[in-house]
Amino acid sequence: MKLLYFAWVRERIGKPQEEVELPAGIATVGDLMAWLARRGDEYAHAFENPKVIRAAIDRAHVRPDAAIAGAREIAFFPPMTGG
Amino acid sequence: MIVAATIRLQREPFDAAAETAALTRGRTDIGAVVAFTGICRGSEDGAPIAALTLEHYPGMAEAEIARHVEEAQRRWSLLGVTVIHRYGRIEPGQPIVLVLTASSHRHDAFAAAEFLMDYLKTRAPFWKQVEAAGGTAWVDARQSDDSAAARWQAAPARRRDAAE
Repeated sequence: MKLLYFAWVRERIGKPQEEVELPAGIATVGDLMAWLARRGDEYAHAFENPKVIRAAIDRAHVRPDAAIAGAREIAFFPPMTGG
Repeated sequence: MIVAATIRLQREPFDAAAETAALTRGRTDIGAVVAFTGICRGSEDGAPIAALTLEHYPGMAEAEIARHVEEAQRRWSLLGVTVIHRYGRIEPGQPIVLVLTASSHRHDAFAAAEFLMDYLKTRAPFWKQVEAAGGTAWVDARQSDDSAAARWQAAPARRRDAAE
């Protein structure tokens, strides 16, 4: 599965994207954030306050309870500040 | 009728007057065009800044803007829409975003332009980083922008007649 990171989430993790093999039992976006946060200090820093992190599955916004089954691309980023 | 919209993401500046001319050229059905240009300010929270750098999520940014343009076209009678959003480094005084909405009467164009801007602020995947004397910092999302976007959910959508 392809993961993408933007803005300060990208800076904290130290890379814009990566391919990961997920273990069994990761069903939702929230599960995925909790799993990522345990991968190392940089991930723990990026996901230290998961409530502020927004996510998108295959380029559409989703909530933390969204199921990730079948997703090709999941992105994590801070609240948006465009316009 | 859903009319074609122009949606562009680009590094380069844009010319709002030229875009308006392109949208209305040869048209006599359009009676109103609202043009909103967002411009990079020279200060952020009272402190001077050197520039903004906008990061975006290629692919999703276009898709998300298109979804909101379609929603605006469902809610209001629009005869044309143009959205241009820049990314990369933008200096104070330079334009960041352009929203053009065209309709036969002003109400629809005004409302749709405001709706689109409120959603671009909170839903389009762009992030601003401020470059100032003390270094760089990511701009925090504003609660007031969330509130501005939320009021469109509370307002009953003005649906068009099926025959239209």
